[in-house]
Amino acid sequence: MSDEHESRSGDRADASSGLSRRSFLRGGAAGALATGALLGTEPVRGAAQAGETGASFVGPGEVGIELRVNGAARQLRVEPRVTLLDALRDRLDVTGPKKVCDRATCGACTVLEDGRPIYACTRLAIEAEGREITTVEGLGNPDGLHPVQAAFVAHDAQQCGFCTPGFVVAATALLAEHPSPTHDQVVQALGGNLCRCGTYAGIRRVVHDPGRG
Amino acid sequence: MADYSWPEPDSQGVLRKSYHRLDGAVKASGAAKYSSDENLPGMLHARVLTCPHAHARIERIDVEPARRMPGVRAVRVIQDAGSEVQWALDEIAVVAADTDEIARDAARAIVVEYQVLPHFVTEEDLAAAPDAKPGAEETVGDPDAGFAQAEVAIETRLGMPQIAHMCLEPHGQVAVWEGSELTVHISTQAVSTIPFQLAEPLGVPASSVRALCEYMGGGFGSKFGPERWGVEGARLAKDAGRPVKLFLERDQEVAVAGSRPSSFAKVRVGATSDGKLVAWESESWGSGGVPGTSAIPIPYVFTGIPHQRKKHVSVPTHMVGARAWRAPNHPQAAFVTMSALDDLAARLGMDPLELFRKNLDLAPESLRETYAEELEIAAELMRWKERWRPRGERQPGPVQRGLGLSIHTWGGRGHRSACEVTVQPDGSIEAKIGTQDLGTGTRTVIAMVLAETFGLEPHQVKVSVGDSRYPQSGPSGGSTTVGGVSAATRRGAQDALREVLAKVAPELGVTADQLEAVGGRVRVVGQASRSLSWREAAAKIGVVPITANGRNPGPPADLTNSGVGGVQMADVSVDLETGVVKINRLVAVQDCGLVINHKLAESQVFGGMIMGIGYALYEELVADPVTGRPLNANMELYKLASIADVGELQVHLMDTPRHQARGVIGIGEPPVISPGAAISNAVANAIGVRVPYLPITPRRVLDALAASSGKAS
Repeated sequence: MSDEHESRSGDRADASSGLSRRSFLRGGAAGALATGALLGTEPVRGAAQAGETGASFVGPGEVGIELRVNGAARQLRVEPRVTLLDALRDRLDVTGPKKVCDRATCGACTVLEDGRPIYACTRLAIEAEGREITTVEGLGNPDGLHPVQAAFVAHDAQQCGFCTPGFVVAATALLAEHPSPTHDQVVQALGGNLCRCGTYAGIRRVVHDPGRG
Repeated sequence: MADYSWPEPDSQGVLRKSYHRLDGAVKASGAAKYSSDENLPGMLHARVLTCPHAHARIERIDVEPARRMPGVRAVRVIQDAGSEVQWALDEIAVVAADTDEIARDAARAIVVEYQVLPHFVTEEDLAAAPDAKPGAEETVGDPDAGFAQAEVAIETRLGMPQIAHMCLEPHGQVAVWEGSELTVHISTQAVSTIPFQLAEPLGVPASSVRALCEYMGGGFGSKFGPERWGVEGARLAKDAGRPVKLFLERDQEVAVAGSRPSSFAKVRVGATSDGKLVAWESESWGSGGVPGTSAIPIPYVFTGIPHQRKKHVSVPTHMVGARAWRAPNHPQAAFVTMSALDDLAARLGMDPLELFRKNLDLAPESLRETYAEELEIAAELMRWKERWRPRGERQPGPVQRGLGLSIHTWGGRGHRSACEVTVQPDGSIEAKIGTQDLGTGTRTVIAMVLAETFGLEPHQVKVSVGDSRYPQSGPSGGSTTVGGVSAATRRGAQDALREVLAKVAPELGVTADQLEAVGGRVRVVGQASRSLSWREAAAKIGVVPITANGRNPGPPADLTNSGVGGVQMADVSVDLETGVVKINRLVAVQDCGLVINHKLAESQVFGGMIMGIGYALYEELVADPVTGRPLNANMELYKLASIADVGELQVHLMDTPRHQARGVIGIGEPPVISPGAAISNAVANAIGVRVPYLPITPRRVLDALAASSGKAS
């Protein structure tokens, strides 16, 4: 079963764009060391490592960064350990992306980074500098829904709606790449988003609906 | 005296149609503000320090290291030295700080010394339970004579573990004080009852507490009370003099914020050689944590088995007390009963569909006709008659396919509810109800009832819910909401409309009872040309709006009812080499009285089926017997079904005139009851042996196969 669960979560982004769930898990040890350096919890080792690799580190105190979110430049100060998700939700009041598992399993925090879906809970805010971040709010609004959002409404692909922003973003990315996705493509793209109310029947109609939009 | 009723089928303008959910666009665009999305000026973030032990006494606690940290604004000890902690991840202390990161650091900085005490967390082993509480034996008829009379009997042992509610939005609230007035933005299933529940421990009048919940991210029975973290969050906000956001971290959400009791049973059931049930015997036990468990209602549905002997043992464990998990006790009862009957059918060489049919006279009389119809429809949708084969008939290759079924029941009568309907002179209409929309479509249903009554469309009326200052409405549990809010709304709307019509009648030269509101107009019945637009009609009421209060229960006719039946059938494939179970298809045929909105009702059934697939195949709270700690209090090891796992789903609602005439009945619980039993029966049908425990993991499949081949050799 573990293979099945791993494969269904999918690789959300390629290695160059950072932390897909799989590469994050596989790179666990190295990731922990790098995080330690960023946190400044072990400054000596962090500095030595930085020197060896030519990288620099920041923190542990707050640093000023600029994020591009839904087309707007937003300045904020965050500790380097603050995730993109917490920066969006707690600092910028961009609350479409939801905090649920907080460890790259459920997909409720899915946002687009330069057009590719990522888990915002597993990206540091400082890593997202210079990237174009699009949340569910950036796709459309209640009076002008994105076609994928409209399809979620039309097919009743939501109940409590807490997983919906993540699903909308992941489905938008899927359909941009594969306008008529196969079953396997749907599983690959949406298997890393979890719903508790049980809205998968509606979500399948959204991604397979030829009349969408 | 005015009477109240649902419109006849031929005069329904809005009811029974599949309107989109009214808050769909707000949710799909991320604009909906859930309680946990609230960001208020000056708001602090709170984090809880939890206990790492399943059973321990607190010897010493020192919160000073947390208090001294920059950015920390308030610290509270929840359980002080001397307290005995009864489950892992219970709350010990809580910290409010400028940022979430500081609050976490500060919670971790608190020093606690524990004396670790013995624990018990593995209740499936009844013999090892230190504190088992046997209940009294119950008998019906003469069980010994019944088994003597039985020509065939089977014995089986079945069980299902504790599972989590796993709400995606964790439990919690944002608490804000203005002087002595408290407002909580809380994720809840019960805005109307939260103020009183919070007020008591806080020592303030309930009338000074306001609960708001515009949108909430899942409850499933776990979000009725404010809980201790709700009280402590309010106290932190008072101490700090600033708003405090306190939502649980995922580990605590999984481990302590909601679970369903486990259930195990040894069952013996006997029948005549032609499959007529005559005797039932069961010893059941289970745990819902510290309080143990109550008995499950077995034998389920077939309650009329003439001879029965039953005993239940409540087993307390060092785990948090269970909460009401969607259809409390019914999924367990269905699994135990329907699995035992399916085993009996296999022993008899009988199609279980025939065995179920043959014994429908043992089900409650009011449901027999519905079950018979539903079994017929489900069998047709599943093509059961062509496709069913005897249990374990070997198919070529390692992948074996099988069919299984289960039937269930639930109450679902509308709860106590009030609704205030206001008609403004400009024709705008608002209904206010102190209920909440859990994602079940409550807002939409209320709007449809209003619109139906006034001859308008749902988007032309306003529905206000999610505020304890609105007229009270019961907690959203037990599938009681739709009946309660729709009946209260209908009565309020009919009264308000009658007042409007009384003002309009002189204008049209008729009496009020000759008028009707249809298609956006008020018109003389049978004379469509003598009419006013709704807006013109409303203008006749003068400058003071009309307000009417509807209630449920209320004056006749009864607009809601209780008691539904449902049937589910599963088609699965099982790989004998890997033990992996795949759902090919799940069919649900469900009755819920008068269906207000077909699409939303179907969504409820789909949701129940998918949750059911989850607990049938994947979900299990695992506690480490050595440490007593939960091993999977997260979402990577506690597995929910994903879109890849649920197969093809088909829903059929019993929307016949006979069912509609019963009034509105809730549909949240029923569809989640049968999947475990239907899937387990399908797996047994496929592989030839019963996998006795849920979830049916690959390991349990392989173990069951190995045990069976061991027996054979």
